[in-house]
Amino acid sequence: MELNEIMFVIFGAVIVFFSILTVTSRRILRAATFLLFVLVATAGLYFWLNYEFMAAVQVTLYAGGIVVLIIFSILLTSNINDRFEKVAGRKVIFSALAAIAGAILCITTILQQEFQATEALAREVNMNVIGRSLMNYGENGFVLPFEVISVLLLAAMISAIVIAKKSKSK
Amino acid sequence: MGDFSFAYSIWIPLIPFFTFILLGLAGHILKPRLAGIIGTTALGVIFVMSLYTAYQYFFVYGMVDGVYQKIIAYNTTWLQFTDTLHIHMGVILDPISVMMLVVVTTVSFMVHLYSIGYMHGELGFERFFAFLSLFSFAMLGLVVATNIFQMYIFWELVGVSSYLLIGFYYQKPSAVAASKKAFIVTRFADLGFLIGILILSYITGTFDFITITDPNGAAIHQGSGTAFLGLSVMTWAVLLIFIGGAGKSAMFPLHIWLPDAMEGPTPVSALIHAATMVVAGVYLVARLFPVYYFSAPEALHVIAYVGGFTSLFAAVIACTQLDIKRILAFSTLSQIGYMMLALGVSGWGDHEGVGFMAGNFHLFTHAMFKALLFLGSGAIIHAVHSNYMNEMGGLRKYLPITHLTFLIACLTIAGIPPFSGFFSKDEILVAAYHHDKVLFFVEYFVAGLTAFYMFRLYFSVFWGKEPHYHHKPHEAPATMTIPLIFLALASIFTGFIPFTELVTTDGVPFHAHIDWGIALPSIGIGVLGILGAMVMYRRETNLPEKMAANLKYLYRWSYNKFYIDEVYLFITKKIIFRYISRPVAWFDRHMVDGAMNGMAGLTNLISFKIRGFQSGQVQKYAFVFVTGALALALVFIYLWTN
Amino acid sequence: MLYGIRLEYFLILATLMFFVGIYGFLTRRNLITMLMSVELILNAVNIQFVAFNRYLFPDKLEGHFFSLIVVAVAAAEAAVAIAIIINIYRHFTSINVEDVDEMKY
Repeated sequence: MELNEIMFVIFGAVIVFFSILTVTSRRILRAATFLLFVLVATAGLYFWLNYEFMAAVQVTLYAGGIVVLIIFSILLTSNINDRFEKVAGRKVIFSALAAIAGAILCITTILQQEFQATEALAREVNMNVIGRSLMNYGENGFVLPFEVISVLLLAAMISAIVIAKKSKSK
Repeated sequence: MGDFSFAYSIWIPLIPFFTFILLGLAGHILKPRLAGIIGTTALGVIFVMSLYTAYQYFFVYGMVDGVYQKIIAYNTTWLQFTDTLHIHMGVILDPISVMMLVVVTTVSFMVHLYSIGYMHGELGFERFFAFLSLFSFAMLGLVVATNIFQMYIFWELVGVSSYLLIGFYYQKPSAVAASKKAFIVTRFADLGFLIGILILSYITGTFDFITITDPNGAAIHQGSGTAFLGLSVMTWAVLLIFIGGAGKSAMFPLHIWLPDAMEGPTPVSALIHAATMVVAGVYLVARLFPVYYFSAPEALHVIAYVGGFTSLFAAVIACTQLDIKRILAFSTLSQIGYMMLALGVSGWGDHEGVGFMAGNFHLFTHAMFKALLFLGSGAIIHAVHSNYMNEMGGLRKYLPITHLTFLIACLTIAGIPPFSGFFSKDEILVAAYHHDKVLFFVEYFVAGLTAFYMFRLYFSVFWGKEPHYHHKPHEAPATMTIPLIFLALASIFTGFIPFTELVTTDGVPFHAHIDWGIALPSIGIGVLGILGAMVMYRRETNLPEKMAANLKYLYRWSYNKFYIDEVYLFITKKIIFRYISRPVAWFDRHMVDGAMNGMAGLTNLISFKIRGFQSGQVQKYAFVFVTGALALALVFIYLWTN
Repeated sequence: MLYGIRLEYFLILATLMFFVGIYGFLTRRNLITMLMSVELILNAVNIQFVAFNRYLFPDKLEGHFFSLIVVAVAAAEAAVAIAIIINIYRHFTSINVEDVDEMKY
């Protein structure tokens, strides 16, 4: 087994293992930590695919941003020493059945599909290319989604403030 | 017609319409007195316009080659359904419509003026004037209708405004009941009218009056060949139309609404239920007279006998009533019966057509003196605050003007020369004499009865024993007495209008003389009636009671109006309601409603059963969503592959 | 085949992650952990996009940029969701999803 394959197996194993732990752990702070591991492993996968910028975004935004946000809100709303009570068996069984059925359905579909993967070398994706693409409106240009997402982020920011703000009357 | 244009006459109906809009919409912000003045002024304007039109028509431009022409002063297509079916609105000027314009605007103007005094301080003063204007608009529109459909539209409008005005005191249950009764009865009759219109226009192919009534035209002879149940189709059509006219004119047996309509304010009774609206039926028959005469003579006989019977029947009832307005109402019925009879016995052309002339003549004079009687009774009621004769007496000292004018009106209706009623009634009697002796003698008798019951009313109110009044009766204000005086003068002098020169069947004037052989006995009978009333009612005697006791059954039947109302009630309540309406209502309530309620109940039940799905638990929704999405994916990827 | 790893492996990995996220969303009672499950789901989709881009259209960048945008959306979503959660906490003094059932019948 080559190193590349070993790396992929490790990342995959980490992702699956800690994903499961994230959704089953009965301590909330631990769940958040396991989520962090999953996200970092995902960043590793992006590195593996030679998408360095994507990996960097994954680490800074997800691992650094969202998870920290989540942890803050956990600290605001929960007692970190509390353990969750056990989930009702029926709920677990039915949800697991639905999830497993869905996974089987998707995986069989994936395996039946014959993908025409190319061996061609990937185009280099450095900061220059990304910056030009984001600001380009011609071919390989993504200025419209870039603008749309910036407006969305602004709106989300405002709405987050408005929602979380304490209303004066109360 | 020369170069003179009658097109301005469209404004005669339109001005009251705009007054109605103004008073109806803005009446509540106007001062009541101002609203009254606006309404009255508008009517005054069209009164003058009508007189001017009449002058121009009768004496200047109307006659061409010795014949009064039918002039279409204005015409517009109102509704265009197809190329062949369209409905016009317009103004027709011919002798009877011009005459009616004068009648309607005169009485309406007087009533408006009178109402300013009579309705003073009433709640809804401006509403009253708005309705009066609406009525004037509708009535004038009816009068000048160029086609039968326009007439029908305004006919219904008149019915509506009559309904509104009878129910003016809508807090009074009796007024509400009376207005509904009037509306339903006339509406029921109008069903006949509508069917008649449809048949008539179907067989003649037109709505237009001039085309239909042209004696030399083709339309008038259509449908006389086809027979249905022994009568020609045309006869059926005009008989059905006459049912509409009989409903509006309160001919027996559709008369029951008119006495009750006296629940409305007295000026309304004077305007609508004495002078104008109730003669619409007469006008309708007069308008279609050539059709009746040439195509459906049987229908004319029916009209004559219905008119004659109604006049007798109503006169008998009028002799026993106590409510002065009801007496006048029955008197109106009786007089309209006269007019119908006159039309019914009329022939065509020159002296043969004297009945037609007389009917219109009587319509004209009757409008004046009956309006006067009603307005006078209004003044009496205003003074005494009662409708009942037995609570009145000796009023001649307190109400001198009313007394005098009322006396003139009574003499007029009794047919005493030289008052106008004598002339018109005489012409009717002449027409009846030449045509049908039975009706002629009936009318002689009715003339006597008329004189009797009118002077019974007169003596009881103005002479007789004076009851105790709560406060001294006083003469009415000037706004009320001026119309009385005006109408009294009209009652005296309109008899000298040479109607034979103006209103004739074929438009050709003729000369008529008073037939003293008929007139003198008629005067004698009238005087006899007056004397009878004088003996019985001038001073308090026990004669009336004796008479009543002697004619016990007749008196009681007459007093109860021959139980016609009870018959109607029996038919509607006992038969129609019990055996038809009630099962239908049961079916509606239990079957139709039951089905609807059952559906609603089922929906409700199911909703309660399944409302648990709406648990508010987000994860349950998510679970359903995920499984649903998976099921759809399964179906579309593997099961439904083609 | 890229460095001895087939595209299908990536896809299977992403699918597993996705349905683990689904499972978490369906079973977790705490709103914040539900939010974490949503992040897992979004991540799984991101991996798929990137893998497709790399394996099937290496000379293009659509998948890559789509993932970038999804990351941005995820950040926005997390911000709003946490604002909502905090508001709910103020209102119900609980972030248990089963307590938040005001919208039932």
